[in-house]
Amino acid sequence: MNNPALLSVRQVTKTYQTPDHHGRLVLDHIDFEVREGEIVAILGKSGSGKSTFLRLIAGLSDATDGSISYRGSPVNGPVRGAGMVFQSFALFPWLTVQGNVELGLEALKISKEERRRRAEEAIHLIGLDGFENAYPKELSGGMRQRVGFARALVINPDLLLLDEPFSALDVLTAETLRGDLVDLWLEQKIPTKSILLVSHNIEESVEMADRIVVFSSDPGRIRAEIPVPLPRPRDWNSQGFRDIVDQVYTLLTTRPTGEVGKRGVKGEAGIGLGFRVPPAKVQQIAALIETLTEAKFAGRADLPVLADYQNLGMDELFPLIEALQLLGLAHVASGDIELTAAGRQYAEADIVERKALFGNHLLRNVPMAAHICTVLKDRPRHRAPKSRFLPELEDRLSEEVADDVLETLIDWGRHAEIYAYDSDSETFMLEDDE
Amino acid sequence: MASFWGLPVGSWPRRIRLNSWDLVALPLVLIVIFLFAWGGRDMNTPYQVGDPLQIDLDPLYLPYYALRTVLRMFAGLGVSLAFSLAYAALAAKSRQAEKLMIPVLDILQSVPILGFLTITVTGFIALFPGSLLGVECASIFAIFTSQAWNMTFSLYQSFRTVPGDLKEASRMFHLSGWGIFWRLEVPHAMPNLVWNMMMSVSGGWFFVVASEAITVSGQTILLPGVGSYIAQAIDQKDIAAVGWAVLTMLIVILIYDQLFFRPLLAWSSKFRAEQAPDEEMERPWFLVALQRAGVVAGARALAEALSDWASAITSRSRDARAAPSSGPVALDPRIGRSSVFLWNALLIVGASWSAWELYRFIAASLSFAEVWTVFLLATATAARVLILIALATLIWVPVGVWIGLRPRVAVVAQPIVQFMAAFPANMFFPIAVVLIVKFDLNVEIWVSPLMILGTQWYIAFNVISGALALPRDLHYVAGNLGVTNWLWWRRLILPGIFPAYITGAVTAAGGSWNASIVSEVVKWGDTTLTATGVGAYIAKATEDGDFPRIALGIAMLCLFVTVFNRLFWRRLYDVAAERLRLD
Repeated sequence: MNNPALLSVRQVTKTYQTPDHHGRLVLDHIDFEVREGEIVAILGKSGSGKSTFLRLIAGLSDATDGSISYRGSPVNGPVRGAGMVFQSFALFPWLTVQGNVELGLEALKISKEERRRRAEEAIHLIGLDGFENAYPKELSGGMRQRVGFARALVINPDLLLLDEPFSALDVLTAETLRGDLVDLWLEQKIPTKSILLVSHNIEESVEMADRIVVFSSDPGRIRAEIPVPLPRPRDWNSQGFRDIVDQVYTLLTTRPTGEVGKRGVKGEAGIGLGFRVPPAKVQQIAALIETLTEAKFAGRADLPVLADYQNLGMDELFPLIEALQLLGLAHVASGDIELTAAGRQYAEADIVERKALFGNHLLRNVPMAAHICTVLKDRPRHRAPKSRFLPELEDRLSEEVADDVLETLIDWGRHAEIYAYDSDSETFMLEDDE
Repeated sequence: MASFWGLPVGSWPRRIRLNSWDLVALPLVLIVIFLFAWGGRDMNTPYQVGDPLQIDLDPLYLPYYALRTVLRMFAGLGVSLAFSLAYAALAAKSRQAEKLMIPVLDILQSVPILGFLTITVTGFIALFPGSLLGVECASIFAIFTSQAWNMTFSLYQSFRTVPGDLKEASRMFHLSGWGIFWRLEVPHAMPNLVWNMMMSVSGGWFFVVASEAITVSGQTILLPGVGSYIAQAIDQKDIAAVGWAVLTMLIVILIYDQLFFRPLLAWSSKFRAEQAPDEEMERPWFLVALQRAGVVAGARALAEALSDWASAITSRSRDARAAPSSGPVALDPRIGRSSVFLWNALLIVGASWSAWELYRFIAASLSFAEVWTVFLLATATAARVLILIALATLIWVPVGVWIGLRPRVAVVAQPIVQFMAAFPANMFFPIAVVLIVKFDLNVEIWVSPLMILGTQWYIAFNVISGALALPRDLHYVAGNLGVTNWLWWRRLILPGIFPAYITGAVTAAGGSWNASIVSEVVKWGDTTLTATGVGAYIAKATEDGDFPRIALGIAMLCLFVTVFNRLFWRRLYDVAAERLRLD
């Protein structure tokens, strides 16, 4: 496709300031382009900075380094001619549907009659007729997001920025709305020249996009670009569709070569104290291992099939898969997950053996867990406050993520009974001392 | 659509058609406007300190006095609203300003409100020489200080919690900073702001009554109002007049509740993101009248048209597809950091200097022994407050739980309790004096209940809501497991209502500290009953116009309230918020 670039991003880097004035790298030298007439999807796990990236493009946040230009002029404030749709809908609860849709036009000082006319057109286009005077709280999630789309489309944007617009909706509603949007686009009923979609739903991205850009995590980098040359409308069950889905699954569940220590049991190279331990609950990890040992899978499963079978979205399944890999209980290759010997052993063990095995693997594979144990053993009373460990995580991770990681480590450690945690006094202690 | 001077007029005739609701709404609205204009004109009467101001005890004058009192109340509310918007916006937007403004607000909150009155009245009188407006301003200022702080806190909290996605959406649609403030931040804050305004007004009746009879250097100035009326009745030992004043106040608060409180509260719920199921309330009749009345709709259409017209003439229609708008230029971080340092240094120097000046002012005329005496007096008042809160807890927790577990009783009881909280308890003080004198009771003990007369309702109210909010399932489980008697209280009810109870107790304690100034010294004619305490000390110093002693007393009271809040209530509050939340 040789259409002119609508948006181009050159060597963009974003660093967040941590409280102690260290920089935490979120996006690392991104080069990126959106050309006229294409739908681009950005896929990545949490920590890939994909939402941050979208905000940089929208002009809602400034890049630390590098340049972003829209139609040739640099972006340094909210971009005119770009409409944005939010995951949480971001509707004004005190404005009616009509009021919400007119808001963008009002800020552009468009006259009242024209505002009304254009809002009615957009409301009609997106299928909200009859709901003009309803307040958002009276609408279902799907209808609310339709208002979100109408509000973005009413300003006739050249570029439509979609921030996981379907992920707060149930599967059926999401499918309908997605279909309606693609139809409007294909039939050119909207003047939008390009769409940029940030998503964590692989099938959704393959269905919509002409090109998928996969981000890797911590820091966010462009891992791969996958063109999707499939004809539209796209069939989820066609071989071509399944192949691309498999390819993306593999990219998202493995780490770029060079960073990987594939035999998870021996401990992965490159993992430090500040590693982002995935937010997976012990109960769910155990349940997934049990599912994998069912006769249907016999220890090995195709990831898209597993996701479908367990009815899990990418944001639910990926932390579990990552945790299994991290703990050396399973490994992933070419879109398939396979239990390791330890994983099979875990499945067959009783509760006491499971705890011992889990604890072993936790201490061996997760440096932060081992670190907590060492510190507790070194201290005379075998106790240490939460504040002893949190700053160590905050050096590498945002405050919020650091909290989540510590919470996961508390959950895992309690299950393995390698250390205990008292939430009233916020103190870690060795299990046998209690 | 037709247009007249740029005003779209096509939609008028349909909306302006009169209907039967107009018969209710129109006269009511007009009479309110007329009365306010009439009462307001009288505020600016010529006056010199020393002129006698006659308050007539004829009950026929009471409606007029009530009007003046209400007018004062709304003037205070207006000033509070303007102050809150400006103060909260600044504190929420600037981190440097926030550093100073929020602690200052916290301290201001603990300054006894009647203390402000004594300090500022001379200044206000000097501001408007030869007019009663100065005294009016002092009274309004006292009401303002009773209303503004919690409104400001609520606004500040709301401004800080504006959803990030709504902010981003506003920016994507190129709303200006001013636009974001009025279109997003203020509406977002509206439900909590209105609730706090209503609470403020409820609490304010007490202070409007207390602040109308102002003593300036030995002279008592009686502003026309219900508070002065009752002060005059006390002076002349006229028990019937006290009765009339109480009745008037009852009616005023009832009207305020029906015409103002309930409609405004119901209206503000439209700004909530989600409708909570238990908030499905019956729409107040006056709100229905206002919303259905054609005249009001016409007035609203006119206002909308005017604002459209104003925005249309200030800027022409712009092309939607211009280049990206330019953002603010980022400051050099080094400049930012050194200015932060400078600001911090300035704050420390300013605080030290103020502390030194305060020390010098007090030390110049008072001895250390006096400071120690005042400390002991404040301890006596503190003991009173704590004992009374404990007593009110013993009474209202069982009663409140009993009511809260019976939703049908609660529906009836809640408005009554709310009403009692709003009623200025100081109007009942003369009755207490009569009783104490008649039965020859111990003044030190029997004056104390006056402090909590008006504030105990906050405990009752919150305990009832806490008990109401306890999930049904927990009751079922307790019943299923056979948890009864003391175990039932200890494991289910007390932890369940604790967060709500703490909120009520903090409010009640704060109110009681405030009330100490008027309740430790009570009068009936020439009988004066004085209890030992810092409140009585301040009251006496005020009567004498003894500024160093007023300053010392108020400073000591502030210190006590602040320390109590920090060491006691704040901790209980944190426990409640951390561990006993129900979600």
